[in-house]
Amino acid sequence: MTDMLLNVTGLSAVSDREGGLPVLRDVSLSLKKGEVRGLVGESGAGKSTIAKAILGILPRTVRVTGGWINFKNRDLLAMKPQELRSIMGSEIALIPQDPQTALNPGRRIGAQLADGLRLKRGLSARAAEARALQLLADVQIRDPDRVMASFPHQLSGGMRQRVLIAAAFAVDPELVVADEPTTALDVTVQKEILRLIRRMQEAHGTGVLFVTHDLGIVAQICDSVTLLYAGKVIEEGPVRSVLENPQHAYTRALIAAGPRYDRPDAGLEPVPEEIFHALRQEIGIR
Amino acid sequence: MDRNLLVATGIEVTYGKRAGLFGGHTPTPVLHGVDIRIGRGQTIGIVGESGSGKTTLGRALLRLVDVSAGNITFDGEDITHIPENEMRPLRRRMQMIFQDPMASLNPRHTIRRILTGPLLLHGIAGDTAEALARVKAVLDRVSLPTACLDRYPHELSGGQRQRIGIARAVLMEPDFVLADEIVSGLDVSTQAQALKLLKELSRELGLAMAFISHDLSVIRAICDHVYVLQLGRIVEQGPCEQVFAAPSAAYTRALLDAIPLPEYDPGWLERKTEA
Amino acid sequence: MAEPITITGPAAQFRPPSRFKTLLTEPKVLFGGGFILLLLVIAILAPLIAPKNPLEQDLMLGSLPPAWLDGAEPGYYLGTDDLGRDVLSRLLYGSRIALFVAVVSASLAALIGTVLGLLAGWYGGWTDRIISRIVDIWMAFPPVLLSILLVAVFGSGVHSVIAAIVIIDWTRFCRVIRAETLAQAQLDYITAARTVGFPRMKILTREIFPNIVPVLIALVSLEMGIAVVVEAILSFVGLSVSSDTPTWGGMIAQGRQLIHHAWWLLVAPLAVLFATVLAFNQLGGGLRRAFDPVMRR
Repeated sequence: MTDMLLNVTGLSAVSDREGGLPVLRDVSLSLKKGEVRGLVGESGAGKSTIAKAILGILPRTVRVTGGWINFKNRDLLAMKPQELRSIMGSEIALIPQDPQTALNPGRRIGAQLADGLRLKRGLSARAAEARALQLLADVQIRDPDRVMASFPHQLSGGMRQRVLIAAAFAVDPELVVADEPTTALDVTVQKEILRLIRRMQEAHGTGVLFVTHDLGIVAQICDSVTLLYAGKVIEEGPVRSVLENPQHAYTRALIAAGPRYDRPDAGLEPVPEEIFHALRQEIGIR
Repeated sequence: MDRNLLVATGIEVTYGKRAGLFGGHTPTPVLHGVDIRIGRGQTIGIVGESGSGKTTLGRALLRLVDVSAGNITFDGEDITHIPENEMRPLRRRMQMIFQDPMASLNPRHTIRRILTGPLLLHGIAGDTAEALARVKAVLDRVSLPTACLDRYPHELSGGQRQRIGIARAVLMEPDFVLADEIVSGLDVSTQAQALKLLKELSRELGLAMAFISHDLSVIRAICDHVYVLQLGRIVEQGPCEQVFAAPSAAYTRALLDAIPLPEYDPGWLERKTEA
Repeated sequence: MAEPITITGPAAQFRPPSRFKTLLTEPKVLFGGGFILLLLVIAILAPLIAPKNPLEQDLMLGSLPPAWLDGAEPGYYLGTDDLGRDVLSRLLYGSRIALFVAVVSASLAALIGTVLGLLAGWYGGWTDRIISRIVDIWMAFPPVLLSILLVAVFGSGVHSVIAAIVIIDWTRFCRVIRAETLAQAQLDYITAARTVGFPRMKILTREIFPNIVPVLIALVSLEMGIAVVVEAILSFVGLSVSSDTPTWGGMIAQGRQLIHHAWWLLVAPLAVLFATVLAFNQLGGGLRRAFDPVMRR
């Protein structure tokens, strides 16, 4: 299929730190060109692990025990480190979770952006700087010159996240992995950032794998969704049908457990113990 | 008996008022002219984004932070500037639950010590046996096994630690509880558990509660009345049904509009509400 | 319904193993602590295990080399000094002074420094200003001069050495403990103690102090290493105990002069001194590391 961008098949992994505990159980998901897929689950469900496996940055304590990750018909898991390095940051990019730690606190924004462009695109210093300025304008930063000359701590969280989005799309990647990019932001800023990500994605025709625990975010910017629990895919499909017509009891319970500002009685019903019990049995955990 | 338990009027908190030895920092006002009224048994929500001053407001109400102007009255008594030794007996009646249960439980104390200590301090229990009995009863109420008494905080899960925090607060049978962002960062299901527990407890024990959060959806679930804080000022307040159905302040409208709901809403992303 | 304490599955958080297990598996603690323990046993049992009397001179058997070299006498495993005294026995007895000074001076310096550091860090205000000012001024005195002055005033002997170390090094404890107290005071569990209504002094002793103990233990261990070196220096220059009692520093002073024809007289005490200080440092460093992962998350 020519427009299949990413195809994860039967991915399994264990954590050596916890005595071989499975952290991913036979996970499969696919992403077409230009598709935005949400990767949802509670903490520990494995969504971050999948993202890291794709990016090749799994911690040493986590070991892949099976499956493959097909990116444009190449298995990322089977690649040599230097091949992987050439793909990461040019064909696959990351929008990280914490804008604070993702930027070098000791260097100006302009320098950091230009660095990436020179490394990945081979631009000259002047061309890189001009391109960086353009990129900051693309992400709707109103005074890009000031931001170029600033250090990360001089910018707000939302601003820093815009810079990271600019950096991610700077190399015109085919796949962007967004790892809970709005968790550290205020809700009004979050909406702007989500809008920005969607716009950039549409403009560049990029496929996005959006990791989040928030079903609301998934509903508003994703085309499709994959729901995980304990490292296993519980349900997946087009966003609208999964949310309006959830097939699995866990999905239904999770949607119901979330509070809503338009419903006074929502958000007070935890997922019933029986559902967790049934899930554990279904997966095969004690 | 006055219907209102805790009344704060004209609260102002300023940081950095004292000039340091090196010429001093310019004082930064964090709260201006804030008025809050909490009735007995009522749950109010204080909502704001980062920098709104909501955490400072909570601590000011509990006299953990000094106010530079304004008055705080608790059960008819003016507590704004009373000295710490007069405040101490009142502290039993005003308790707090913290955001990070890992940081708010002494890592070197067993759960037993953390929970029985306050009871013995205030004489609520005459001896350790009585304290233990009360602790076990509350643990049961928050669905925690007695086995956790001999554990240290780091040996429990996040949700369990949060319930220890709740248990500690209600053990002293307070009249008022301040909950400062206690469900932020919890999974949706754990969050629902905590909110449900809190709501039930406040009803059973007749607690007045001030619930601080940045999340309006959480506030809707648990509060009767809401105060919206922006940059240190209250921009809107009222009963939840009213404020949520028809917000009068533009900021409130912007906050509500920014929340993504888990349902199909094609116009949401492009819809802009100016604050 | 009640939730079980142990949670299996990926939803479980990583729970670190018990503190004691962590301690014993930390190699620095194992080796450093093991050596110190051995030294302690030797110091206590010296009269029983030393092959010869360390003070007994026999000029006929002067400057004998260690057992594995030519010309050695059986029974004098590390040889003898120029007065015929057995080197090994002197080393064993020397550990008594070294450890005694180390333990007593480190404990006293810790006591003074910790109390003042806790008060300064917790109460702040004038208490902190006064104590910090004292520490700053105190630390400006050159330590070597101060110790020589003290010994000159109090006379040589173990008590002077201990006094010198304590008087100089309490400031180290004060600074570190004060900083640690300040750090702990910011944390929410202290705010929680305030909201519960514990009086200030009670919070310091009940809540803060237990969290200072790990750092304190590591510091004491390091301080003991320092004390051993200071004692060696002072006895090297003859300001420590009387020249009869064997001390490692004294042996080094003596060995330095005889290095050309009896090198083992210098090498033996130096090696033991080095190993001891290394052991204390390892122990201190290992203790610090072992306590950290449990505490900081």
